[in-house]
Amino acid sequence: MVDRVEKEARERHAVAVHRLGVRLGALSGVEPELFAAAFTLVRQGLLQDAVLDLRRSEAVWSCPECASAIPAGGVLRCPACGVPAKLVSGDEILLEQIEMEVP
Amino acid sequence: MCDSCGCGDPNLVSVEVHDKILSVNDRTAGHNREHLAGGGVFAVNLMGSPGAGKTAVLEATARGLAGKRRLGVIAGDLETERDADRLRAVGVPAAAITTGSACHLDAEMVHKALHQFPWRELDYLFVENVGNLVCPAVYDLGQAVNVVALSVTEGEDKPLKYPVMFRKADLVLLTKTDLLPYLDVKVEAIEEALARTMPRPQLLKLSARTGEGVAEWLAWLEERRAALSPAARAQAPNQGHQHA
Repeated sequence: MVDRVEKEARERHAVAVHRLGVRLGALSGVEPELFAAAFTLVRQGLLQDAVLDLRRSEAVWSCPECASAIPAGGVLRCPACGVPAKLVSGDEILLEQIEMEVP
Repeated sequence: MCDSCGCGDPNLVSVEVHDKILSVNDRTAGHNREHLAGGGVFAVNLMGSPGAGKTAVLEATARGLAGKRRLGVIAGDLETERDADRLRAVGVPAAAITTGSACHLDAEMVHKALHQFPWRELDYLFVENVGNLVCPAVYDLGQAVNVVALSVTEGEDKPLKYPVMFRKADLVLLTKTDLLPYLDVKVEAIEEALARTMPRPQLLKLSARTGEGVAEWLAWLEERRAALSPAARAQAPNQGHQHA
């Protein structure tokens, strides 16, 4: 992630990166607090003062046939159609936004 | 007024990206997958807690497939080659990846191990992941299927406690079933927990000690391998390309 941010910053001749928007899904397997702690260890150079804007998304399941929502935590099968639920969102580990200061 | 994003500060630019943070791992995993599937090797990422019986399952698999299919194992552990040694003892080519303090394997570790391993001669490659129900689920290795070994002594609620791992599983092997008569564990409760974490729950009961369920496990492997092979071979990449 740091490599990608530095590349974007260099391309725009940025003098500093202020904020990074990162989305972590509930089923991503990544804990926001640990992610933030790890980020402080790799923060240097252009990213030295960058703030992490961590965005959480909950697991959203739906029926691939009738598109009705299937609540997370319940049986992952559509009660009407009988087909396995599909994960719509909630497994993301995404860098969404980079806010940087340019000359 | 900023002409990039209209934020009012002339010096700030906001860039919208949609970059998977694990994209480097995913690319290497895709590379591993192309080579393995393209070469007709069915790769299984075998995960589970420490002591779930992953190595015992592989020993039973090796005995069951002996003389019929060629299998190899890449075993990940923090330290020692003990698992690889056990598998070599039953005639399976095995390599160890000692991860030091890393709690999971990633695609690059597997890629490096494959370079030292005669994987082209195999029908099945089993990657025995580091014993851990958390992190291995996050890293794609290039496998065809994910299999999670869950031993009967681990409790009925493990799937609910570790949903990330079980959601990714194509099959759960309930191991050490020879111990069931001595425990209060109900298999139905495990099935109920899996229905809440796996969209397509699949559970096979197996005891490496008594051999119960080994035939069904081998049949599952053969079925999945047969389903994958023709399509994968049709998309086989140029096997002669050079690696870094």
